Amino acid sequence: MPENIAFGILALVATLAALRVVTTRNVVHAALYLVVVLATVGALYVLLAAEFVAAVQILIYIGAILVLFLFGIMLTRPTIGTDTGLDNDQRWIAGVTGLFLLGVLSFVLVDAFGDEQLPDLGGVSREALTAERGTAAVGDAIFSTYLVPFEVVSVLLLAALVGAIVLARRD
Amino acid sequence: MELTLAIELAYWQQLTVKVLAVLIIVPTATAIIVQTFLFKVMAHMQSRLGPMEAGPHGALQLMADGAKFVQKEVLAPARADRRVFVLAPVVVLLSTFLLFVVIPAGPSGVAEDLDIGIFFALAVSSISVLGVLMAGWASANKYALIGGLRAAGQLIAYELPLVLAVVGVVIQAGTLSLQGIVRAQAEGEIFGFGLLGLPFVFTQFIGFALFLIATQAELTQPPFDMPVAESELVAGYQVEYSGLQFLYFYLGEFGAAFAFSALAATMFLGGWWVPGLDLDGGLLSNLIGPAVLFAKTMAVAFLIFWIRFTYPRLREDQLQTFAWKYLIPLSLLNILATGVFKVVF
Repeated sequence: MPENIAFGILALVATLAALRVVTTRNVVHAALYLVVVLATVGALYVLLAAEFVAAVQILIYIGAILVLFLFGIMLTRPTIGTDTGLDNDQRWIAGVTGLFLLGVLSFVLVDAFGDEQLPDLGGVSREALTAERGTAAVGDAIFSTYLVPFEVVSVLLLAALVGAIVLARRD
Repeated sequence: MELTLAIELAYWQQLTVKVLAVLIIVPTATAIIVQTFLFKVMAHMQSRLGPMEAGPHGALQLMADGAKFVQKEVLAPARADRRVFVLAPVVVLLSTFLLFVVIPAGPSGVAEDLDIGIFFALAVSSISVLGVLMAGWASANKYALIGGLRAAGQLIAYELPLVLAVVGVVIQAGTLSLQGIVRAQAEGEIFGFGLLGLPFVFTQFIGFALFLIATQAELTQPPFDMPVAESELVAGYQVEYSGLQFLYFYLGEFGAAFAFSALAATMFLGGWWVPGLDLDGGLLSNLIGPAVLFAKTMAVAFLIFWIRFTYPRLREDQLQTFAWKYLIPLSLLNILATGVFKVVF
């Protein structure tokens, strides 16, 4: 039950922060609210006993991607205060799309799981849980069951890296 | 905790004890680092006396400085973005506090022995960049902004060798858990001679050097102190901060210096373990472990601060070239070599 309460609080914080990301009139504030959203998502991973994924979420999204966002914003428009011209005509379309997505996802969740309950982990020891879902288990899965997708993603990332360097060095 | 104290505590009681322990350890560690290295070692290396008036040999100087900072008025520039300005030092401090959570100082002397140990430490240490950027931007000051941007560029560049230097250790130990890394070193053997264990500094000396250099840059200390270069940027992103808020940055920086030294001591020098200590618990290990870790940490910190006090500042382009063209390829080679050795032996 405490998990549900924690989930409720985190979900509420994430939703409010996400709303602020799109409604605030300051680009830097928007990026900082996005930090809150991503951090709460990381906390949700911890609730799911996926500590490794949570740490990846923090390291990659907050430590790298958002820092790069902020770096870019501050380098190009270093003014404090509200920015004009942040809104455009597509906001209603975006709202409708967002609601539609919410509906589809809710439907899929209810349709797929219905009244199903997750297995009770009350009696499971932490060691057993770690052996089954810990970092070592994730590593094993990546390099055995999911080896081909992993390699494909690696090549994709490498291609993106090379592409970025080619674009940057065009001069 | 149950093992050392032999009493059962409820979950929330354990949590309170752990939080309090971390809250006490961080300022204490910071005070020790600043008093020892910044005030005295630095002064003696530069043929000065350093602070001498407060207490015997200036031992109480930090108390005086702390009291001074607390008294000072907390100011913010008129055009600053107040909320972000106030939050920035808190974010930096949060990152430092979280670092201490996973560092083991004995078989049960660890706030939380996470399965992902060292990876968690690296992840939370990356949060401090965010605080630095927030401080630089919210100050509404061009020097602060340039300092913040320099810091961000530098921290991103040196984050990579920092993480990659650790990978060698992780491959050799076969675990991310810091407790597991200590165990792997204690149970290791040097050519069949197992009495001393195998501190990874012998096999991962490249990793150790890379980790120390990257740490130096992560702490924005000389010779990597372009973000706070006082001759051109006043004090970079810290320029508008005063009083307690400045103290937060100070705590964050030197607390992180202690934490990184402790991490290096744990990963490369065998952590809290010395020959003769029981790995699986016991009162003796839990009492001596913290002292051993502290001694090793201070040794590493001495190295870090020695470099800080003796080398001149690198230029911004030299700094970036050094990271991307030398440190990162070297760390990748180190991983490759470690992988080959791991498979062959």
